[in-house]
Amino acid sequence: MKSDKLQNPLLFDLVDERADYQNKVALKRITLKIRQGEKIALMGPSGAGKTTLLRLLYERSQLPLNGYQNVLNEVAYVDQHYALVSQLSVLHNVYMGRLDRNSTFFNLRNLIRPQKTVLTEIELILTDLNMEQQINQTTGTLSGGQKQRTAIARAMYKGGNLLLADEPISSIDVQQAGAILDLLCQNAETIVMSLHNVDFAMKYAQRIIGLRQGEILFDQPTSHVTLTMLDTLYNP
Amino acid sequence: MLRTSLIFVVIALLSLPFADLEITTSHPWTELGQIALGAIQPDLSALWQLKTALLNTVVFAFCGTSIGVVLGAGLAFGFSWAPIRLFCVFIRSIHEIFWAFLFLNIVGLNPICGVLSIAIPYAGIFAKVYAEIVQESDKQPLVGIPTGTGVISRFIYGVLPVIYADAKHYTTYRFECALRSSAILGFIGLPTLGYHLETAFREGTYQTAWALLYAFYLLIASLKYWLKPRLTPFYVVGAFTLLSQEVTVSWANVLRFFTVDILPWPMRRVGVWSGTNHIDFSLVPVLEWIKDILITEGVEGVWNTLILTQIVLAGTGFFALLVFPFTCRHFSRWPMRPISQYVLVVLRTTPEYLLAYVFVQLWGPSMIPAVWAILLHNGAILAFLTSNNADRLQGKIDRPLRYIDRYFYEVLPRIYGQFLAFLFYRWEVIIRESSILGVLGIYTLGFYIDSAIVDHQLDKAALLILLTGTLNVSIDTVSQRVRRRLQISTKLFVLD
Repeated sequence: MKSDKLQNPLLFDLVDERADYQNKVALKRITLKIRQGEKIALMGPSGAGKTTLLRLLYERSQLPLNGYQNVLNEVAYVDQHYALVSQLSVLHNVYMGRLDRNSTFFNLRNLIRPQKTVLTEIELILTDLNMEQQINQTTGTLSGGQKQRTAIARAMYKGGNLLLADEPISSIDVQQAGAILDLLCQNAETIVMSLHNVDFAMKYAQRIIGLRQGEILFDQPTSHVTLTMLDTLYNP
Repeated sequence: MLRTSLIFVVIALLSLPFADLEITTSHPWTELGQIALGAIQPDLSALWQLKTALLNTVVFAFCGTSIGVVLGAGLAFGFSWAPIRLFCVFIRSIHEIFWAFLFLNIVGLNPICGVLSIAIPYAGIFAKVYAEIVQESDKQPLVGIPTGTGVISRFIYGVLPVIYADAKHYTTYRFECALRSSAILGFIGLPTLGYHLETAFREGTYQTAWALLYAFYLLIASLKYWLKPRLTPFYVVGAFTLLSQEVTVSWANVLRFFTVDILPWPMRRVGVWSGTNHIDFSLVPVLEWIKDILITEGVEGVWNTLILTQIVLAGTGFFALLVFPFTCRHFSRWPMRPISQYVLVVLRTTPEYLLAYVFVQLWGPSMIPAVWAILLHNGAILAFLTSNNADRLQGKIDRPLRYIDRYFYEVLPRIYGQFLAFLFYRWEVIIRESSILGVLGIYTLGFYIDSAIVDHQLDKAALLILLTGTLNVSIDTVSQRVRRRLQISTKLFVLD
């Protein structure tokens, strides 16, 4: 299994990178390789730089000359704050994942009157997420968990082979969270997601990257990660 | 903040001795009685004859606002570019009536004049406010839009839905302002409500005047029942259809305005006297001519405008601070509160130009009518907004019982920053109104512009209008600096 992975194409190859965004934690000395097909969990206390790292990966994936174009056709991102337009319906928010794939005219027409093809496809995804009832509700009126599921639905609708997810289940109750992570893992070939829940990280990720104060503390296959290692992340 | 406020109070007090505050009419109060009598017995039968004027008022407002919205929205896209910003500041710094003076000479007394006079300054205002709304809107949704998305798709999904409510709210408010603008354009001869109001007040037929005023209040109070987003397109199409039936433009006049009338006199003098239409391009006499006008009428006009503005600015602040408790839930209850709210709405709805006109009839042309007219109108708006802000405060259970303690300890300190921000926001509005009231015989810039127009000296009028615009732009800049230095913002509402 491990040797298979090594032959998979490289998606990211960061060497001694640094990054900072306004109001976000700065990253220092980040060295990291990510290969196609990996399922990676980012762990660490709030302020450790998980969001900054995910954004850095997203930006790299969007660069026109990233060198991995043959592999990375589409990258979906689930924002920590959901990034929804609260005045638009769940349907329209999910549709926004594919704005770039349709013509402006089609987008405009779909805003005024959702098109049949769009509707059927989005309904399917929302049913998987238990959100089909809310399809026409504006997202401003949804609960936190429903908003998060809308953001996930958008990422699933967007599809593609890399999913970057920032705390994708933070507002979803434990019973449903597992089912949603199952869905995400089936949907995207490669996943990098930040998680707070240790059990979920152990179950769904094959590799865990521990971050503290903007630096990578450890980067190990899940089987090698011990509770003591995780403890050092939160209680230095 | 307190120090800044005191500085402005001192400036206002120092301005008082320079202001012409005389009452020149012999029986100022008997006339007021007559006016009050008219309020009780309005002549509603007059309304039927004046229905065209009412319709025109609405048509001009619709056409003016919609052209303003389209131009303003377009300009808002380029608002980050300084030349566009400056252009917008400039076109909105010139009052509708001054624009109308210019257009009267370009297109003649015709509906286009009314519509453009509203559309142009409003375009500048819309551009600014729309750009601010976008700037302060939630940017989070844009993160969720795929990178390769086209500009238009990005806008209609990620920006438009987010700003829609604010933009709609502001546009509706502006339409109400446009109805006021449209009405007062009648005072300079356009066929709107103001034309008949002016006649009625001049001839003392106050019953007719009140009937018109009541109709106007009703029009504005009923806006929320008939101005619906879905119906608006029909209104706009209807308005333009009505308008297009009356429009005639003489292109010869337009050409003449730009190539002859507006050229400085020294360039035209020889040509006019010899009848050859010769134009002289030497620069020195033109500069002399500009210097001459600026030194005589310009300085005097600017000085009086500033004196009036500073007195009114401080007065507006005092008025609002004094009056807002009457409409605020922490200090006032039934029946005082609804009555005060009603009074404020009426004051805010009455165009300041009309108030000033009536006051001039009562007290004669001096700064007194101007001060009260601008102060009451702006003070009412400010009191309304301040009271709204105060209403949002949650009173402590063990708050001071005496109103005066509550006012100075609980309420005022919390809302003072926003109050000042709104007041300084209106500074620009106040100076625009101070200049325009010169048309009624008060020696501010408007007086000299009006005189120049009456004397057919369009070149001089244009120069003085340019000067007025520059003055307003400077005040706007100072106001922005003060607000930024005090770190105060009006963010809760967007109201011009």
